[in-house]
Amino acid sequence: MAKIQRWFTQHGNPMLVVAGTLTVIGWLMQHLADQGLIANGAYGIATLVAGLPIIFKAISALRARVMSIELLVSIAVVGAVAILEFEEAAMVTFLFAFGNFLEQRTLQKTHQAIQNLTEMQPTTATMVVDGQYQEVEIDEVDEGAVLVVRVGDQVPVDGGIINGSAEVDEALITGESKLVDKTTGDQAYMGSIVENGQILVQAQKVGEDTTFGKIIELVEEAQDNQAPMSKFIDRFAKYYTPFVLVVAILILLFTKNLRLAITILVLACPGALVIGAPVSNVAGIGRGAKAGILIKGGDVIDQLAQVDTILFDKTGTVTEGRPTVKSIKEYQEDHWLALAADLEKQTNHPLARSIVEYYEKRGQKTTADFNLPITTIKGIGIKSEYQGQTIWIGSRRVLTENQIELTAQQSRDLQAIENDGQSVVLMTVDQKLVLMVGLVDQVRKGVKETFEKLKQSGIDKQWMLTGDNSVIAEKIAKTIGINQVKAQMLPEEKALFLEQLQNDGRHVLFVGDGINDSPSIAKANVGIAMGNGTDVAIETSDVVLIDSDFSNIKNARRVAKATMRNTMQNVGIAIGTVALLLIGVAYGWVNMASGMLFHEISILVVIFNAMRLLRMKF
Amino acid sequence: MTKIIMKLDTLTCPSCMTKIEGALNKMDGVKGVKVLFNASKIKAEVEPEIKGEALKQTVENLGYTVKDLKTKVSES
Repeated sequence: MAKIQRWFTQHGNPMLVVAGTLTVIGWLMQHLADQGLIANGAYGIATLVAGLPIIFKAISALRARVMSIELLVSIAVVGAVAILEFEEAAMVTFLFAFGNFLEQRTLQKTHQAIQNLTEMQPTTATMVVDGQYQEVEIDEVDEGAVLVVRVGDQVPVDGGIINGSAEVDEALITGESKLVDKTTGDQAYMGSIVENGQILVQAQKVGEDTTFGKIIELVEEAQDNQAPMSKFIDRFAKYYTPFVLVVAILILLFTKNLRLAITILVLACPGALVIGAPVSNVAGIGRGAKAGILIKGGDVIDQLAQVDTILFDKTGTVTEGRPTVKSIKEYQEDHWLALAADLEKQTNHPLARSIVEYYEKRGQKTTADFNLPITTIKGIGIKSEYQGQTIWIGSRRVLTENQIELTAQQSRDLQAIENDGQSVVLMTVDQKLVLMVGLVDQVRKGVKETFEKLKQSGIDKQWMLTGDNSVIAEKIAKTIGINQVKAQMLPEEKALFLEQLQNDGRHVLFVGDGINDSPSIAKANVGIAMGNGTDVAIETSDVVLIDSDFSNIKNARRVAKATMRNTMQNVGIAIGTVALLLIGVAYGWVNMASGMLFHEISILVVIFNAMRLLRMKF
Repeated sequence: MTKIIMKLDTLTCPSCMTKIEGALNKMDGVKGVKVLFNASKIKAEVEPEIKGEALKQTVENLGYTVKDLKTKVSES
């Protein structure tokens, strides 16, 4: 039986054409040529061709103890043949099969978003075996394998670069379409493209374990994670089919009208109802994915449409998370900045890195190599010796540490920089301040506008929560138009504050990027993580903004609201169709064939309605 | 535990899901069957001695075409 069934699936389209042609011939013979016998013959064969696959499907479902829609149709068709209604039998089977075909076609469109993603995965790799290059299928690459990636190639795995250097486009992973320099010791990610140069990569993660593989997995699972609405409909559908069967039998028993009973069977097919809600979700999630918004499921959409409060982290979320030099004061004409850059190069502090970057950009030359050893003093900065002088670079505390007196001008400068909300780095040589650098963490683009839009969409309570000090926090809050700020907060305090709001009956959205935000992201009704954030934050979140584009928060909200509306429309269309058809039957306006036609039309209508979501503009 | 991933032709009816899940879950040594309707994929966890081919056979017996079968053995 399995073989026959597979044969049916493989030859579905030609069979459909045959059944369709025969149905048309039958109709012509019956209504135009008045050849009843030939007509019934054509109808009969058409019914067999289109109907057998349906009956087989119904039986195999029954074996797995599922009463499927096919069962209703099968019984109806057998019934129609029994009362010699060949025309209706042919029409119903053909329309049902044709409807399925169209459904499959249109559904594929809504799946395009994931398919596009999947197709971006590399399929082959060039492995290095005993110094020889070997082209292999991607599935044959295991962890530890050494692969060569040449210009124009996609990196086929996640792994470390063991040789060579290249300019790499990581847009697929980070969303940032600018070239990144990669060299020995750096990480390369699957899906990124080598634009220049050549690298040898040792595979650490392959296939679905890679970052890119995980993104795909997330989207795939998200689309099947259903909203409460469609879960309800799923449960409903399970009991609905047997229920309809019972109703039809009752009608048959009481009215002795087999015709009416089988018409009810056909009309009650829950097609549009079953597919209406999930298809909206799939389309909504697909639309989000296209814009770099990963929504992890239908229930997230539901929640996201409901939130009324937003809490968000500052550093790395509304700001870039990468401070840049804004002001610089040099109090001695010397090469102190060059020395500072050289010393700072040896530490990993974010402010230090920014100073090095600034120097390299400004001087357009690499830092001179002074080769001085440094000592890191925790909480203050770094210390070194240069030509017999003691050098300190660090926060304000280097002044108190060395009892350094500032000149009037220097005090004014320091005051001004701090009042502006900049972080300060000072450099002292022996007892004198020689260099003052002010750094700011740039606010991301479109943040202020996003908050305004969110407010308009009903998220009227907006709080910024940050571990940073209140001067900097207030300054940033002002530029992004937020007036509620909580500064110097620990991770657990953030989560606690969020919980209090939830206890007050608010639906809270939390946006963050770091490990310290994860508790809040997990606790919030909807947690959004920035794509450049930490893995923990991304995994615990409900929504990931792949390219860390802040304005995508308002887009995510819009998609969620539109999807919810779309779902309701679809449920309305489906219930409306069934109701209208039942009224139609009661008054004798609809028969089996036209009922089936309306059903299939309603299914296509809900699918097309859902597809509008895919075309939504931001 | 071995993880098995099968890719199918596009699934059209949500009832296919229940059907496939039911049939696979009835097999010995197979658990955690997940049918991803929209991605037309099946994911299942099986005991190491169970062969992916056996699962493929079951699914094909239900009348679906398995386009791709992947078996992943994890150490744990």
